[in-house]
Order: sequence, then structure tokens, then C-alpha cells
Amino acid sequence: MRRRRPLYATGADEESATPGGRGAGVNIYRLIKIPACGSLPGIKVRQEASLSNSQLTPGVVPGRLPATAYAANFADVPPPLDPYEARVAADRCYFCHDAPCITACPTAIDIPLFIRQIATGTPEAAATTIWAQNILGGMCARVCPTETLCEEACVREEAEGKPVEIGRLQRFATDRARAGGLHPFARAAATGRRVAVVGAGPAGLACAHRLARHGHDVTVFDAREKPGGLNEYGLAAYKTTGGFAQDEIAWLLAVGGITIVTGRALGRDLTLEALRRDFDAVFLGLGLAATNALGIPGEAMATDAVDFIARLRQTPDLAALPVGRDVVVIGGGMTAVDAGVQSRLLGAETVTIVYRRGRERMGASGHEQEHAATAGVRIVTGAAPVAILGEGGAARAVEFAYVEEEPKGLVPTGETFRLRADQVFKAIGQRLEGVPAGLALEGGRIRTEGPGRTSLAGVWAGGDCTPAGEDLTVTAVAQGRDAAEDIHARLAGR
Amino acid sequence: MASLATEFAGIASPNPFWLASAPPTDKEYNVVRAFRAGWGGVVWKTLGAEGPPVVNVNGPRYGVVSGPDRRVLALNNIELITDRPLEVNLREITRVKRDWPDRAMIVSLMVPCDEESWKAILARVEETGADGVELNFGCPHGMSERGMGSAVGQVPEYIEMVTRWCKMHSRMPVIVKLTPNITDIRWAARAARRGGADAVSLINTVNSITAVDLDRFAPEPTIDGKGTHGGLCGPAVRPMALHMVADIARDAETRGLPISGIGGVTTWRDAAEFMALGAGNVQVCTAAMTYGFKIVEELISGLSQYLDAKGMALADLVGRATPNVTDWQLLNLNYVTKARIDPGLCIKCGRCYAACEDTSHQAIWMKPGRVFEVNDAECVACNLCVDVCPVADCITMERLAAGSVDPRTGRTVPAGYANWTTHPNHPMAKAAE
Repeated sequence: MRRRRPLYATGADEESATPGGRGAGVNIYRLIKIPACGSLPGIKVRQEASLSNSQLTPGVVPGRLPATAYAANFADVPPPLDPYEARVAADRCYFCHDAPCITACPTAIDIPLFIRQIATGTPEAAATTIWAQNILGGMCARVCPTETLCEEACVREEAEGKPVEIGRLQRFATDRARAGGLHPFARAAATGRRVAVVGAGPAGLACAHRLARHGHDVTVFDAREKPGGLNEYGLAAYKTTGGFAQDEIAWLLAVGGITIVTGRALGRDLTLEALRRDFDAVFLGLGLAATNALGIPGEAMATDAVDFIARLRQTPDLAALPVGRDVVVIGGGMTAVDAGVQSRLLGAETVTIVYRRGRERMGASGHEQEHAATAGVRIVTGAAPVAILGEGGAARAVEFAYVEEEPKGLVPTGETFRLRADQVFKAIGQRLEGVPAGLALEGGRIRTEGPGRTSLAGVWAGGDCTPAGEDLTVTAVAQGRDAAEDIHARLAGR
Repeated sequence: MASLATEFAGIASPNPFWLASAPPTDKEYNVVRAFRAGWGGVVWKTLGAEGPPVVNVNGPRYGVVSGPDRRVLALNNIELITDRPLEVNLREITRVKRDWPDRAMIVSLMVPCDEESWKAILARVEETGADGVELNFGCPHGMSERGMGSAVGQVPEYIEMVTRWCKMHSRMPVIVKLTPNITDIRWAARAARRGGADAVSLINTVNSITAVDLDRFAPEPTIDGKGTHGGLCGPAVRPMALHMVADIARDAETRGLPISGIGGVTTWRDAAEFMALGAGNVQVCTAAMTYGFKIVEELISGLSQYLDAKGMALADLVGRATPNVTDWQLLNLNYVTKARIDPGLCIKCGRCYAACEDTSHQAIWMKPGRVFEVNDAECVACNLCVDVCPVADCITMERLAAGSVDPRTGRTVPAGYANWTTHPNHPMAKAAE
């Protein structure tokens, strides 16, 4: 039986089911003062007890839902396959010749082979096949937009509009193998060569693991408190539940030879010059730390969606996380959807994603858009923000202008509208900043050639900080892996 | 709707769907439920001689071969003949036949290989009012170790001898059930006919081990760490059964002998295939054991619809495909075909390419954009690409017209028919020079 879970639980059901419960008579919880749960920039958090809040409470407040609703709302999407489901799903694979799914995968995982290994009852072998190409195959199984990658290429998508569930099968195999304690890669004899990796995100981790396998000593520096990059601080919580990002990193480090140093940022605590001096090679797997600006009046009342998501990923108690009654998300990518959907799951009454171009131009895939719609998020396209309106630093509404796409750019039609908003998220893209001097750039990112070679000798780069990054975890993994092979070849004098 | 009423070896039944001798027909309770569900007849589970009944194992009796979705492809069993007292069975048979006079009631028998034993049991069965008997010469496990079942069915002389006894000592129609665990089914069928059999039924189950437990290193089903071969039945054995039915139907010595087709009949289509090859009716077991008695409703509706669509009576179907079963040497060598891949239906999986390139004749090109095309200069029309293609009708075989040149051989396709016996490479062709 497939598990069903409420996509979104309301407080109303809870109330009606509990006579004399919340909302009936005097609520003693109203008398308890709970300290504010910290505040995001631009967000006013009410100081009152969160337990008295509902979806209709104005402002940006925590605890809009009954305490039990959060776990259900933020459960795995989609849930993992059980062994029987996996066997049935695996049986649908046609084992294509020179399979299109492999070509569509940025890390070129041998998908037909790993699915056949699942079908024959050896998920450990399947996981080994996956990890040989993509050491973060567990995370990618959860967060890859498979509907635009392997599953879009699946011949059964063409045949019947229903591809083999490659992502879920990959998760099944990697979860099983990891739970069984399998780490199928041994480290080669130590080479004595040292490589610095800056950024413990997908690119840096993939690079570090591959280098470590070749026997090099790797030190991974990261600016944040925890490694993982966007795996830990980005991505929707329901895609990677139960502390998976950290578990996967701990598993990855089992190969040995990797030291992770957190709280060290390039430019602040580290210089590229010193790294080049102290290590035999340097790999830069930097994230995009800066966000783009709207450049409209009232922008200070908006919050960066990436900060909201990071906060959500780190909070120990979702009920304590404040969210608006009426939330407006400006942008059209995965980050916009992740922020919008999770606002709904936290209990926002209305959530609207507003994107300035047409729906087909949205960065979020059709599948993601559908997921948002199912969660009750409205998507408005062809409208650009004009101003955020509010008082005392708190947003009340956003004014938009309808725009049309013309050769010279987006042109206002002259028609405007306002959306009520106590919380406004900006999700209009991020930028790379603080690139060390001497590195050639391309489109604001670090220019690379071949397998991640930068303009500086001995320095490689991969992931979002490079033009080829595509803002995809799986692409970052591929780039980190390929740079590692190139670094290894260079260090080996080949 | 086409009438499905059947007369088989002089036995009438409202439809050609009988339940085979097996656990579903072991007692009144089941058989009455089967008749209520609509089955045309039953072959009551095999009775043994008077005396203490046989005993069965107390561990698992069945093994299974199943698909990834647990679909039953075959069952294997090590169950013996009925383990209930003879008197109880005979009493119930009498009562059921009395209550359901329009349904066929056949009683399966297996007693020691001596005339007196057969004479004795036949007399008892006749008293029940049953319509006929089926001689179980097929059961391949347990009973065969005691000189019965397939131990008889594997020796044509024994088949003939016992059949003759039965015809001598009974007025009832005698159906001889054959074992497939032989090299040539025709020898067994001919022996049955010589002995005077009114019909044959086939196939009984195939000697088999369904699986090996790779932790306990024991065959399945496993009884206390050991296993023995069982009899395989169900969809997986159907192709073998179809072949054997056809062989008997077209054999000069057995032609015209009524055949009850058995072996993996699961849907109306399976039943129709058996009948087209010459079976006068079919017997079903595994499908009922998998899905219950209700499937007979689909068997009835499906066969009726098919006959209506073809404008055929049931009798027209029986044996209609038999004349088209021939010997290899008589196949037309002037029938030259080439595979054709429909690009509109192709989903670009490349299985045809892998199969042809790796294991056959390197006759499929994989062109840029995953476009698959047949190279007529290499294609021998083996049909493997058709068989492995996951899309129905995407790859078809197209006949080269007479007069056109086969790019593979460079020869003009001749008109008319020519087979191996007239081919220049035939050894006799040379000898005649």
C-alpha cells in the first residue's frame, strides 16, 4: 500500500475534532510568553505564544498549524520505495542499448545496469554502480529534477508517458547499501600530495572523495558551520529528510584521507595565494553567496528566499519558524518553488509565486510547478514587481505590473495589481562574489576549460561558481569528479 | 451468442471448460462451488485403490515460478492422489452428479498395474453415475516411484494394456491422461488408441525443480532441508502442451482421437489456441488455483465473443489450425521477408539493435539520433528483433515480392513454392544425379 499523507494539514480539522480544545473558552497557552524565535531580516515576529496562532493570524508568526501537522507536512516527497515496489518498478526498465537515460545524466550513471541489479536482488551492487559515477547518488536521487534529465529521456516516457522511476530506484539502492554499512571504495596507497578544496558542497565533496580514492590528502574548507553547501542549507526540507545530508557526508568521509575544516571562508580566513603555496593543487567549489536585487522601492521589506530555506533546514522546531499569512515569492526557479511550497506547509494561508516572464521560461520544471500547484501555491506569470508596500518595516502588499516580452525586453502593459503580503521572498537568482584576484571570469563566474581548469595554474573550479554549473547538484558532482581526475593526472605527472 | 455446448468423447457439457483432476476437484464442497461458478465439467481428483488412503507431506506441497510482480507463471506440486477415503469420494461423486446432471463428471483413477485392481475400481465408479473415467498415467512424483502414474505413461505397452483392461471392464468412456515426460508424445497416444481409448488428455505436469534456496542449498519446495522433483503446470508449460496436442492431432495413427487440452490454460485465448490445434475441450487447474473459480466467466464470454466475431461454431474451431502445423522440410523457402521498423512507433530503446548486433546477423543500423534501420543485405528475417521489441507492431516482417531481388543473396525471389526436399543442397538432390 502506498502511504498517503496530507500534503497540507489545516488547524480547522484539529479544532473540530477536539471539543473544548483550541479556540474554545480561555486558552491558557495565551498566557505563556515564548521568546521570539530569532528574526530574519525584514520580518517582524510576534512575541506572543505561537500556540494561539492560526493560518489566519496576520503578520509573520510561528505555529500556524497544530503541532502534529508539521511532521506530516514535511515528510518525504516522494516516499521511499519498499523492496517489492522497487522490484516492480525495476522490472519496467527495458535495458536499452546505449541507453538515453545514461546520456541524459550529467554524471552518466549506468542506469540500466543498476536497475537490473535491483531487479535481481542486489541493491548493494546497484549502489556501487551508482556511486562509481556519482558519490552523492543518494542526494541526487532525492533532489535531481529527474523529469528533465534521465526520466525525460526514458523510452517509456516516449512510449507511454510514464518513465521508469529512476530517481526513486536510485534512492532505494543507495539507501539500502548505506544502511547496510557498505562503502565500496578503498583508498589507494597514500601519495603524499595535498589538495585544498574550497567549499564543501556537492562539487567540493565529489572532488575530495575522488582525490582521496587516488591516495591524495584532501583538506576541504567551508565557510559555514556544517559541510554540505546547498545539500545542507538549500533544497526543500521534504526532499532530504532526517538529517540525510550530514549522514551522507559522514558516509562519504569513510573513504579516509579527507579533513573537513568548517567556518573558514575564502577571502576572510583563507587566501588563494596561501592555498596555492601550501597545497599541491586547489579546487574551488564555491557557492553563490550573493543574491540579486529587485531594485524597487520597499525592497528592504523582502527576504532572500535562500536565507529562509537555510533557516528552515536548520531549525530544530518547524513550529517555531515564523511565516506570513499571505506570502508572495518573486522569481521562477526551484528556489522560488521551494520557498513557496514550504511557506504553505508551514501554514501560510495564501502563497503566490510571481514570475515576470512566461511559464515556459520558468527555471522550475513542469513537475515542480505541478508540485507547487498541488500544495496550493498559485503561480502568476508575466508580472514584474513595482514596489513593496508596508509600514514600520513590515510588508503589507506588493504592487506588480503586467509585462509583455518583446524583442527589446519586458515592456509594461500599463496594467497593475496588488497582492496582499505580510512576507515577501526574493528568489531571483544568486551571484558569485569575492572571487580571488587573478582568476579570469566569464559571465560573472570563474572561467574554466576542459575538466575545470581555471586561468591559474594549479587551480581548478567546478559547480555553481563556474559558467557550466547549471545550478544542479548532479552537475556539480560531475564537475568535481572530473576535476579530481584531472588534478590526479597532473599530480601523477601524466 | 455462440453456443459453447460440447460433446467430448460422448460426454456432454454446457461448455468446453473442465476443471482438471487436481486439488480444486478433490471434494464435493469445491466441485459444487465450481459448478455454481459455471464450469462445464470436472475431472475428480484421482482416486486410488481401496484401503488406507495415501498420505501427503506435512510441509509445503507447491513451489512457484513468478514474475517480478508476483504473477504466477508456473506452479509445481508434490501432492499425491486424493488422501481421502475412497468411500467418501464415491459418495460425494454420486451426490454431485445427481444434483448437477448437466455437468460432465469424470473420475480420475490410479491403481496398481494389475487387471483386478482396475476392474474393482471401475465397478465402484460406474455405480456413482459418473460420465467417464480418466486414467492418470501422468503424475510424475511420488506415485511413479510406486509403479503408477507416469511410470505407466512412460511405457507405451503399459498404456495400451491398462487402457484395454478399462475398456473391457467398463461401459464408460475412457480418457487416457498422458505424461509429457517422454521423448515423443505420439508413442503414448498411439498406444492409448490401440488399447481402445475414447480420448486422450494432455499434458500432465512436467518434471521440475522450481527454485533452489541459495541459503539452505536445497530445492524448493523444501521439506526439512530436502526437496524432490515436482510436476510443473501453469502458463510456462503451455507451449510444450500446444506442441504435443498438435502432434497427436496430425499424426496419421491418432488423427481423429478426441483430445482434451491441458497445460496453462489461463484465458479464453489460450483455450481457443488449444482447440484450434485439435483439442475438443480444455482442462484448467493453475489459473483456478491462482484466481479462483470465477475466471470461467471470462473464459465463456471471451470464447463466445471470438466465435461470434469469426462467425464460427465451436466445432468449426476445433482443429482449424491443425493442417497448418507441418514439418520443417515442407516450409516454403521462397517465402522471403525482411524486418521493417516503423519509425513512428519506435521508442528508440535499441533492443533490436543490441539483439541483432550482439547475437544475430548485424542487420540493424543505429544511425545518429537513435534511428534504427534494417540493412536488407544482412537481414535473414529471423524475427528476433520483432520478439524483443517492447512495442507491439513496431517491427514487422514484410514479404519480398516474387521477381524482386533479395539484397542479401543477390538472387531473384522465385514465384511459387519450393521446400528443402527440392533444394539443390539437399543430399538426395545430389544422389539423384
